[in-house]
Amino acid sequence: MVGALLLREWKILLRARASVVNPLAFLLLSTLLFAIAAPQLVAEASQQASGILWVLVLFTQLLSLDAMFRRDYDSGTLEQSLIMADVPFVAVLIRIFVQWLGTGLVIVIATPVIGPLLGLSWSAVPGTMLALLLGTPALSLLGSIGAGITVGFSRGGIILALLVLPLFLPVLIFGTDIVNAAGAGLNYTAQAYWLALISLAALIVSPFAALAGLRISVEMQ
Amino acid sequence: MQTHTVTDSLKLQFDSLACQRDGRVLFAELNLALEAGTCLELLGANGAGKSTLLRTLAGLHSQYQGSFVSPLAVYQGHRLGLDELLTPIENLAWFAGLESCPFDHPRALMLAARLGILALAHTPCGKLSAGQQRRVAMIRWVLSPRKVWLLDEPLTALDTNAQGWLNEIIAEHCLAGGLVVCATHTDLSVPHKTILNLRPPLEQVAW
Repeated sequence: MVGALLLREWKILLRARASVVNPLAFLLLSTLLFAIAAPQLVAEASQQASGILWVLVLFTQLLSLDAMFRRDYDSGTLEQSLIMADVPFVAVLIRIFVQWLGTGLVIVIATPVIGPLLGLSWSAVPGTMLALLLGTPALSLLGSIGAGITVGFSRGGIILALLVLPLFLPVLIFGTDIVNAAGAGLNYTAQAYWLALISLAALIVSPFAALAGLRISVEMQ
Repeated sequence: MQTHTVTDSLKLQFDSLACQRDGRVLFAELNLALEAGTCLELLGANGAGKSTLLRTLAGLHSQYQGSFVSPLAVYQGHRLGLDELLTPIENLAWFAGLESCPFDHPRALMLAARLGILALAHTPCGKLSAGQQRRVAMIRWVLSPRKVWLLDEPLTALDTNAQGWLNEIIAEHCLAGGLVVCATHTDLSVPHKTILNLRPPLEQVAW
């Protein structure tokens, strides 16, 4: 079951490249907007870079979360996977994982480009990549709860943001802390463990909550 | 009181089943027992609750009262469940994977040939017409190991030929011991069919 489902998601990811390219383009563009509008903020080795980077990452995630289940909902594959799947939980988990591949992992890979554009010092880049690698899974997982509940609304974007942004706060706090510590050359092991813990806790709770939200959404259509 | 018993044996049974939608009672006191090999033709005006009954049986609607017994079923709603970026074969392979059963590729191609869409087997579903997509969905029912089919207006968008094939497929399925519940506005030409006409409860009509 897992193999067939992953194969399908992978094919869709390759054919609907917009779902990967658009968030990345958004992140790059908004980075450039900051560089143009507030050049003093993004000066070399600035203290603000960590905060700006993480907020931009949250917004990029939010943008892509709305599309997490929408295609499947509109085509009816979502209701079919709830009815027909041996274990619907697995289908939801795979969808979340692939959404993370297309957004979170891509952001991690793009960090060496985006970080320095925001004035992040080169020495902080490895730490930032680690922080994003540990933190973005939590964003996808927690976000899936909101995405599951709002997928039935035709304009769910703003409600999704209101539901999900508060859940992102712990990730934001520890994530920026790691980037700051990395920039100052300090040890950030403790914060990294905390981020990993948040992601693991989200992995335990979120797919069930997302599944419950999806069932409500499918029932209300 | 709500009871939904999932059974392994092939039978469908309602005991004083009533369904609501948005607080409105669609039908009440539905009593029926169906054995394997029958086709239930579900009739009723628009809004009579045909789709709601099918969604209740599929486990997608929980505003009901009473009890029913049903095995796991194939459900075909108005949304076909085909991804437009994937080809019919890829979609069918996904359905097989969803149920954790091996995908019978040759049989899928044979059915595609029978339904006249073999040439389109490797064209993305988004490029197929509505009727052609419905034919892909028909292949999925046949390939599924589940023997109860819940079909919501399957004749929609089908041309005369395809309507004939649909009737054939349903008749063959019933003959092979399957069970079909089909909401429709056009008569099915299937032997051994039972007809259920959904009507709103009397007190609602009085209003």
